[in-house]
Amino acid sequence: MARAASPRRKLITTLAAWTVALIIFFPVLWMILTSFKTEASAVAMPPQFLSADWTLENYVEVWGRSAYPRFFWNSVVIAVGSTLLGLVIAIPAAWAMAFVPGKRTKDLLMWMLSTKMMPAVAVMIPIYLLFLRFGLLDTRIGLVLVLMLMNLPIIIWMLYTYFKEIPAEILEAARMDGASLWNEILYVLTPMAVPGIASTMLLNIILAWNEAFWTITLTTTRAAPLSAFIASFSAPQGLFYAKLSAASAMAILPILILGWFSQKQLVRGLTFGAVK
Amino acid sequence: MGKIQLTKVRKAFGETEVIPGIDLAIEDGEFVVFVGPSGCGKSTLLRLIAGLEDTTSGVIEIDGKDATNLPPAKRGLAMVFQSYALYPHMTVRKNIAFPLKMAGMPEAEQAARVERAAKVLNLTSYLDRRPGQLSGGQRQRVAIGRAIVREPAAFLFDEPLSNLDAALRVGMRQEISELHQSLKTTMIYVTHDQVEAMTMADKIVVLNAGRIEQVGAPLELYNNPRNIFVAGFIGSPKMNLIEGPEAAKHDAHTIGIRPEHISVGDGPWEGVVGLSEHLGSDSFIKVDVPGLGIINVRGPGELGVHHGDRIRLAPAGKIHRFDDKGLAL
Amino acid sequence: MSTQSTRMAARFMVAPSVLVLLVWMIVPLAMTAYFSFRLYRLLSPDRTGWVGFNNYVWFFNSPDFWLALTNTLMLVGGVLVITVVLGILIALLLDQPVKGQGLLRILVIAPFFVMPPVAASIWENLFMHPQNGLFAALARGFGAQPILFLESYPMPSVIGIVAWEWLPFATLIFVTALQSLSSEQLEAAEMDGASAFNRFRYIILPHLTRAITVVILIQTIFLLGIFGEIFTTTQGGPGSASTTLPYMIFKQAIAAKDIGRAAAGGIIAVILANIVAYFLMRGLGRHLDA
Repeated sequence: MARAASPRRKLITTLAAWTVALIIFFPVLWMILTSFKTEASAVAMPPQFLSADWTLENYVEVWGRSAYPRFFWNSVVIAVGSTLLGLVIAIPAAWAMAFVPGKRTKDLLMWMLSTKMMPAVAVMIPIYLLFLRFGLLDTRIGLVLVLMLMNLPIIIWMLYTYFKEIPAEILEAARMDGASLWNEILYVLTPMAVPGIASTMLLNIILAWNEAFWTITLTTTRAAPLSAFIASFSAPQGLFYAKLSAASAMAILPILILGWFSQKQLVRGLTFGAVK
Repeated sequence: MGKIQLTKVRKAFGETEVIPGIDLAIEDGEFVVFVGPSGCGKSTLLRLIAGLEDTTSGVIEIDGKDATNLPPAKRGLAMVFQSYALYPHMTVRKNIAFPLKMAGMPEAEQAARVERAAKVLNLTSYLDRRPGQLSGGQRQRVAIGRAIVREPAAFLFDEPLSNLDAALRVGMRQEISELHQSLKTTMIYVTHDQVEAMTMADKIVVLNAGRIEQVGAPLELYNNPRNIFVAGFIGSPKMNLIEGPEAAKHDAHTIGIRPEHISVGDGPWEGVVGLSEHLGSDSFIKVDVPGLGIINVRGPGELGVHHGDRIRLAPAGKIHRFDDKGLAL
Repeated sequence: MSTQSTRMAARFMVAPSVLVLLVWMIVPLAMTAYFSFRLYRLLSPDRTGWVGFNNYVWFFNSPDFWLALTNTLMLVGGVLVITVVLGILIALLLDQPVKGQGLLRILVIAPFFVMPPVAASIWENLFMHPQNGLFAALARGFGAQPILFLESYPMPSVIGIVAWEWLPFATLIFVTALQSLSSEQLEAAEMDGASAFNRFRYIILPHLTRAITVVILIQTIFLLGIFGEIFTTTQGGPGSASTTLPYMIFKQAIAAKDIGRAAAGGIIAVILANIVAYFLMRGLGRHLDA
């Protein structure tokens, strides 16, 4: 803004913006507050804000006396694993499409994105049967594969838009300097693309962590990540509000932190560079 | 050694033919400049020599060996790009050492060569900086440093000065010329600026629409342009080209007279001064002569004529004659 | 602009991605298509055979299918309208000079990172629950009867939850787009005598067109597959009141264990998705610089 706003106007807009932001954030805040209350205090009517009985017991209980850590680690393995595997396949493809574009490159990219639009339910049964046949049901490796495939188009697209911004002349310079294709990608492209690759990685970990169709349909107990666990956590008549909240808070906290770090890249990444 | 021979080199992108077929010999140690308007194929020709593009047909020989299908790395050539193409994540030292590292040279030797190159190019105190912390001229030097450490058979320059401001450009132009005199390595230099071509080249190759219009020493092109295109392209301001009865008097379809070959004072042509620019050392005037059109005149010092003056002009130098196909007679 | 050998290398490097995506699309889809013409019930495994278009006919004759279709469109459309309109308004507010921009953004973006089951469970249990939810407490505070959100208004409730999750995404994109609008343009408009509303109508809104298109396109991709929120809250109920097409197919497969019918539903969903995708890709293609 080229112009300084009047103090009065700034006060009003600040108040309005904060009110709106707090309303949007309130459900998360309320969940976090509830997670520190005793179960009785959590369901007390009228709701208790500051007068509640505060406790850390829920976290101790959920983390220490249940299978929760296993769900947590499943989430970590599946989200990180599928993202890394996706990157390994996507980096060469994105290199090729960004730096050696052909007549059909654009069509290819569009086709890849269109696979994202295939409804998951349409292929649920065959995937289930194939998983059954190959012993992949309720395994982490199975979910790593499916989530990798699901997010691959997005990974390729994001990398592609980042790579496009690297001048082709620099890669040609490396070629003139005697670098083999492998050295060109290893010493020149990858280091230059580190910020792009990092934000692609962060965003896809977020997407994989929050995925809630395949994780629900393809797992039961052993390989179930947090999304499947929370989805099936029943709270009949609000008996376990506080514990559910603690479990939920732990489930979203890592992603909330990652997300806040990557929010600058988020818009670019998820709009495939169309909005910067 | 750096002798490069092109034989019937042709390049087409799909249906569009960019270079219909070029024969050219570049001798060892020569400073050759490819010059021409944008889109004339000069950069493509350079990239063909570099190996960054495939030749559609024809042969490129480097030092007598067929290099047509060699990858760029195997041709022993170094290139300085228009954008300098420095590796932004590496220090100046690592940038210059990169080709040596790729060649698998021992580290001690790499370091020695980098030091030597840095000294020649006045980069010693910048070796641990990154390209982003350097000025345009310094980046340019790093790009040149990266090219010279390999001791290549030939240097390729792709419009290397076009991103520099005018003052720096003159300085770098002289530095590159001096570099050529001390290294005595073949250099191929692409530019659209005929002043760069005239001042630096041993041999100028004038390109137009993928074809060679003329090859020769700078003054030869200036004095004896083979056709109208070369006549118009070399020299500034442009040569005056006159058709019609005046040309017929000289038994030609078109005649060309350079602005500096016209004298003001007395003469057969009379006209009104339009634009007049006075630089002190030179004066440029445009004179509207009925029957001939606008005539550019360049005179030494101050001519003392101004807008609206009615003056007389006379040819005072070589008159270039061209036939109806634009070829010199 | 490259040589034969780099083009070869490029083809080689795209191949794995193309191959896995092709397999991932074609193999399961072919199997689904096959099942959709078969009698295949997990509860009576001995009775199998070809049934022609019977599975499809069942779908088209089922009133639930049309309801599910309507629900799906309502979900996508409802969420799009809410997020775009509110997103623009909030973005305009956040674009003003306010104190604590950074923290504000962190708060606003938070819901986007909350996984669907958690988002659904927060709303279901902590807010919409008729006994223990905050809304119920609020209603009682005003002396009113608590609203039975998920029982009486299942679809609007689900739409509300999903809109809350996606509002940050839309807002963030609009904020980013607004920042690229030069303030000189707005000042010029002001000099030309444009009122605040006219500046919005003639300068800001046209500037946001691209961002709005992108928000609609990208959200649609994700919204068509909404599943976790419904699974966690209403399970498609009561009855079929909040069953979307994906959820209906899921129910056919898991609850009714009728693979043939579920497969037919899957194929119908694919065809619908393709119709949507066709228009999306045409729109998207213009706005992505590929």
